[in-house]
Amino acid sequence: MSNGRHIGDVILDLQNISLRFGGVKALTDISFNVREHEIRAIIGPNGAGKSSMLNVINGVYHPQEGTIVFHGRKRHDMNTHEAALQGIGRTFQNIALFKGMSVLDNLMTGRNLKIKSNFLQQAFYWGPTRREELEQRSKVEGIIDFLEIEHIRKTPVGRLPYGLQKRVELGRALAMEPTLLLLDEPMAGMNVEEKQDMCRFILDVNDQFGTTIVLIEHDMGVVMDISDRVVVLDYGKKIADGTPDEVRGNQEVIDAYLGVAH
Amino acid sequence: MSDTVRLQSLSTFPRLLMHHAQTRPNHPATREKNMGIWQTWSWSEVADEVRAMASGLAELGFKRGDNLAIIGDNRPRLYWAMCAAQCLGGVPVPLYQDAVAAEMVFVLQDAGIKFAIVEDQEQVDKLLENMAECPNLQHILYDDARGMRHYNQPFLHGLDEVQEMGRIHNRNHPDFLDGEIALGKPDDVGVMLYTSGTTGKPKGVCQTHAAFIAAAQSGCEFDKLGPQDNILSYLPMAWVGDHLFSFAQATYAGFTINCPESGDTVMTDMREIGPSYYFAPPRVFENLLTQVMIRMEDASAIKRNLFHYFMDVARRCGAEILDGKAVGGGDRILYALGDLIVYGPLRNVLGMSRIRVAYTAGAAIGPDLFRFYRSIGVNLKQLYGSTETCAAVCLQPDGQIKFDTVGPPAPGVEVRIADNGEVLVRGEVMLKEYYKRPEDTAEVIDEQGYFHTGDAGFFDEDGHLKIIDRAKDVGKLANGAMFAPNYIENKLKFFSHIKEAVVFGNGKDEVCAFINIDMGAVGNWAERRNIAYSGYTDLAQKDEVYGLIRECVEQANAELAHDAMLSASQVHRFLILHKELDPDDDELTRTRKVRRGFIAQKYGVLIDALYSGKASQFIETEVKFEDGRKGKVSADLRIQETKTFPPQAAQKAA
Repeated sequence: MSNGRHIGDVILDLQNISLRFGGVKALTDISFNVREHEIRAIIGPNGAGKSSMLNVINGVYHPQEGTIVFHGRKRHDMNTHEAALQGIGRTFQNIALFKGMSVLDNLMTGRNLKIKSNFLQQAFYWGPTRREELEQRSKVEGIIDFLEIEHIRKTPVGRLPYGLQKRVELGRALAMEPTLLLLDEPMAGMNVEEKQDMCRFILDVNDQFGTTIVLIEHDMGVVMDISDRVVVLDYGKKIADGTPDEVRGNQEVIDAYLGVAH
Repeated sequence: MSDTVRLQSLSTFPRLLMHHAQTRPNHPATREKNMGIWQTWSWSEVADEVRAMASGLAELGFKRGDNLAIIGDNRPRLYWAMCAAQCLGGVPVPLYQDAVAAEMVFVLQDAGIKFAIVEDQEQVDKLLENMAECPNLQHILYDDARGMRHYNQPFLHGLDEVQEMGRIHNRNHPDFLDGEIALGKPDDVGVMLYTSGTTGKPKGVCQTHAAFIAAAQSGCEFDKLGPQDNILSYLPMAWVGDHLFSFAQATYAGFTINCPESGDTVMTDMREIGPSYYFAPPRVFENLLTQVMIRMEDASAIKRNLFHYFMDVARRCGAEILDGKAVGGGDRILYALGDLIVYGPLRNVLGMSRIRVAYTAGAAIGPDLFRFYRSIGVNLKQLYGSTETCAAVCLQPDGQIKFDTVGPPAPGVEVRIADNGEVLVRGEVMLKEYYKRPEDTAEVIDEQGYFHTGDAGFFDEDGHLKIIDRAKDVGKLANGAMFAPNYIENKLKFFSHIKEAVVFGNGKDEVCAFINIDMGAVGNWAERRNIAYSGYTDLAQKDEVYGLIRECVEQANAELAHDAMLSASQVHRFLILHKELDPDDDELTRTRKVRRGFIAQKYGVLIDALYSGKASQFIETEVKFEDGRKGKVSADLRIQETKTFPPQAAQKAA
């Protein structure tokens, strides 16, 4: 799938991550890395710890053990604000948009970090503030064009069908111009056509903006088709890591999915 | 300017363009909504872009007499490409952009296409798929570079790059293009439009500059169109209607064309632009009305009652007021009030506030639908014509509107009815020939120079032409009575719940019909009655839906019973098809006309069942999806008997 795009060095390296909630071990001693410009998938059965893994990467959860190296800086855990500033964007498994706001306004919230003017300046909306808003708006229009959602620009998000809401959420994540994009089940609950659209958008994002993508997905067909490398989790442990072909042939993975007794 | 010089300067489309660039350089010529903002190009800017594109094409080797395929949605640069090809003495050949790849091959081969200008990656992919079958195709130019980064075929060029090449060329050879434009003659072929192919393979209709200029001129003078007018260009560029309105008339009269952001945003874009001149086939008007009605049903009781009350007023006197006829004072006051609180806001929602003239053509329009728009103050009129006649044979003049005729012949067009009832046309707007098909050309143009339209019709007492059906479709029932399938199908389609109808009966003793329900209207109707359904196939076979459609068919029968000639053609039995008829499955043409012969063949089992008196019939059909994948739909179709009425006209006469 690497049609000419250049996969670079490791930008995110997770080393020996362990995460516990009280007595429950969510993640046990997990290590893997993500290279620049690649599409990296995390798969595994329900409750394997996939979402927890994403939450560790963007600082929602703080692992008890392990280190995270992001862009060469070594740390024990991330925090959410810093993650966002560093260019980590994400979408959620259950859509987390502002339902009453229009698509356009939702995407504008994604630009929040890029806006320099303060509350008072915005209230007067004068000179530089106005110019800034126009600039932000034109960026957002670029994303609307990219995701082909011109026709719903002014529609409140709550009125849209699920598949489109997912697309809007991707749009909001893109609005912050992330270098690393975390997608939590971007295709869950979609029909075949919507899945195909979403796949194309993910590949286009990766290709055109060079964005590195880490995605969680249940649909094995999709994962095998679009990702460069796959890491497989089961019961909080890493059981496989490699290219789609390597992972597909791995006995442990097959067992995990077919449900062999542990 | 003396008259001869003036005529010379306006005798081809490139000259018209250059004329506008000189006389009104800063007047808007083209608008497109891009990134949420309307972008405008003035006539001088458009002339500049066209020059760059033409010289770029010349640099790539495009020569006089070459054909240029144009494939895509309505984009400014695709319209400009038409003129660019004409500048060089080439012929633009617009293709239907939603055609599947295999369908395009025929036209590409037939027209010997060497150069194609396409909109985007999707269209490029379609062409690449068929490169092997089109050995002539040498260069593909694309408008939108999105997703094209990894295509490294040497014959692919971005339009930007070609235009840049053209600009350099123009600097080095400043006289080249003007020389080429000066070589153009009015009777050169200016455009080639392919017929929709209702019967057999599509044919390339060669129209000269002079023909389309004549058509544009008569239309513009008829309705006093000028540079101040605006039109929304959203219909397929390959359709003669769009070519006449968005290209020929716009370039002739110098008015502004507006390209919507995408197919899905047409409604919003139309409201933003507020065109003064509008053209749409009846189904567009019908969809708009259906949407309005659905939304009114959901509105609050007060609004709904207001709406219905004033629509009654409008039905009573609206059309007459628009026609300038005498109307009582009370009705006038009520209508003025209605205009303030219902019709005005409604026109605004539809984006029709500023419309001076709206036309519909391409198919028959239902009387109720037609009256609806006229009664709310939209000056909707009909015109008649075909690809072979630049869509400009008959026009309805203001104030003389009848719903069932298409008006008197347009200025400069001669119309005669042949002995067999066929409509014959002579005039400047006629085609030059069918491309590379002298026999076909000879067949439709007789010795006296009349073009045989293939439509059956007659003139009414006011000299307005009334079209009944395609001449070759008009047949006879077993008892000898006239059978005009299209006429009956139109009657059925005028019901908002029926989307398509196909009737059979030629040579049989009774008439039977296939029905396609309108998913929007019937779906909403079902929801209101708490009828659950899983999709089209399921909904179509519901008893309640059959009941609903039976009422429609019986009402149509009752109307047919009053018709002197067609009372024997009442529909005795019908079934609702399990799938929607689709151009991708070859059941409809790209302009959405039913291909009766093909359907009869494909669904032969169903026709047999209709005539053998069975109560139901199982059928399985293959369907094609837009991306070329195939699937299957199957269902047990019920067959419904309907009530017919004794002929009324005969009794009245007696």
